[in-house]
Amino acid sequence: MVATAAISPNIINGLYIVAFSLFILGLHGLTGPRTAVRGNKIAATGMAIAVIATLLHPHIFHGSATPWLIGLGIVLGAAIGIPAALRVRMTAMPQMVALFNGVGGGAVALIAWVEYRHHYGGAFPLKTEIPSLLAAIIGSISFWGSNIAFAKLQEILPGRPIKLPGQAVVNLGLLIICLGSLITLSAGEHSQGLFILGILLGAAVLGNMVVLPIGGADMPVVISLLNAFTGVSAAITGVALNNIALIVAGMLVGASGSILTNLMAKAMNRSIPAIVAGGFGGAVAAPVRGDEAGLTVRSTSAQDVAIQLSYAGQVVIAPGYGMAVAQAQHAVRDLERALEGRGVEVKFAIHPVAGRMPGHMNVLLAEADVPYDLLREMDEINPEFPHTDVTLVIGANDVTNPAAKNEPGSPIYGMPILEVDQSGAVIVLKRSMASGFAGIDNPLFYEEKTSMLFGDAKQSVSDITAEVEAL
Amino acid sequence: MNTVIEVAILVLAGFVGFEVISKIPNTLHTPLMSGTNAIHGIVLLGALLLMPLASGAFEQFLLVIAITFGTINIVGGFLVTDRMLEMFKRKPEKPPGDREASPGADEGKR
Repeated sequence: MVATAAISPNIINGLYIVAFSLFILGLHGLTGPRTAVRGNKIAATGMAIAVIATLLHPHIFHGSATPWLIGLGIVLGAAIGIPAALRVRMTAMPQMVALFNGVGGGAVALIAWVEYRHHYGGAFPLKTEIPSLLAAIIGSISFWGSNIAFAKLQEILPGRPIKLPGQAVVNLGLLIICLGSLITLSAGEHSQGLFILGILLGAAVLGNMVVLPIGGADMPVVISLLNAFTGVSAAITGVALNNIALIVAGMLVGASGSILTNLMAKAMNRSIPAIVAGGFGGAVAAPVRGDEAGLTVRSTSAQDVAIQLSYAGQVVIAPGYGMAVAQAQHAVRDLERALEGRGVEVKFAIHPVAGRMPGHMNVLLAEADVPYDLLREMDEINPEFPHTDVTLVIGANDVTNPAAKNEPGSPIYGMPILEVDQSGAVIVLKRSMASGFAGIDNPLFYEEKTSMLFGDAKQSVSDITAEVEAL
Repeated sequence: MNTVIEVAILVLAGFVGFEVISKIPNTLHTPLMSGTNAIHGIVLLGALLLMPLASGAFEQFLLVIAITFGTINIVGGFLVTDRMLEMFKRKPEKPPGDREASPGADEGKR
């Protein structure tokens, strides 16, 4: 219904086809490290073409206020987006991605709202109405879900799972309300109230409820899932607005988000529905706490750790979210260099869901100039732990928790882990004895071969490096 | 455009997406995600197209926010991805010392 009066719709659609071809080429480039920078630029070019093509619509500047309003929106968006993107620290990347994802979903929901108001009380052809309402639901879920994810990662909200009674039932009820409203409205009911309450608000609460109980290692799954959601909602908006660029681009994102979601869920041996239905642990059977079981941990000093590391043949470093929080990646790189200078072989063990975002650790270590060839994926490094003298766990908890292998009752039982407990000795760098993001106790800490170095990870690593260099 | 054709394009685009992105190295999960994140900012087009049709200040207000959101999504997403990827590019493959020596990143993956 939009492109009706266009003088040259073929030219505009032709430019859209160029644009989404560039998206496909660009995405293809993003799958390889060598072509990635170019791939991103190609995709950005495609986006510029798509935006310019849209502004070529003859009626787009119809009305005296329209150009100003469009200009205002774009200037505001650029004024917020550009500094945010240039300033964000690599360690804060998961929040940033969540936020960018959220605003995308929010835009979808707002567009659907305006679309509904246009047709309110008049004819609303089903082929426009159904996709529009569906986009409103998914976009709203994505907006609110991403905002909660952002708040959790930014530590505005507590990071641990927030579990409410009857969560699964409530979520199902909300989903039924959303879909029921969609059906009622499509059946010919005209109600602004039902649209706002049943669709926008229902989906908003659902988005909150789905992400609130999610903690720790589940976060990468949720972020990829919300990414896929926003993509699909953009594609559905494209169907409602008869816009081919939206359809193709949205689905490309939907597909990539789904692939990532699937990979992340597999890396945790958990099904996506199980993750969405409720986060780890929470109210379920509280795992045995060390102090209650009479177990003790052994704490150590930077000097002892330095000696242990310096005289080892092979050291494996297993980083986790704690390294990101403490911004310790550069200090870790210095330690790696110092140890290599003493002839110690150093490798990094990267769990697929370490951190709060797919590939989080890789980005941080790349920032700190750690060479690729030192990074080992889980399947590659696990057979090496038995020949490893010392494993240094830096702010990683759940992904090293042997309970995932040994304790069928544990909430993370079955999740593939870095088998650090197989190495000769384990040193865990940790802020305090608080349990991980998932709220699960880690038996690794009480093992005889494990010693703990408490404190800020960055400070601890720097201290160790200083001691190694002083030896 | 015919709705059936649109849905067909939608489904096909999904399959193309799966094919194109079927094998991603773990290293690039984050840039891939933030890159695709930028691409769904394309909803900006929807807000642009609706703006001339907006009736009343409230709808204009909603659309200005939608345009702002879409622009943040696009501009922020591509910039952040570019920043990240630049870090992956300058990979020194030699031990400490000549850090800036290999801007070509010939080694690529591993």
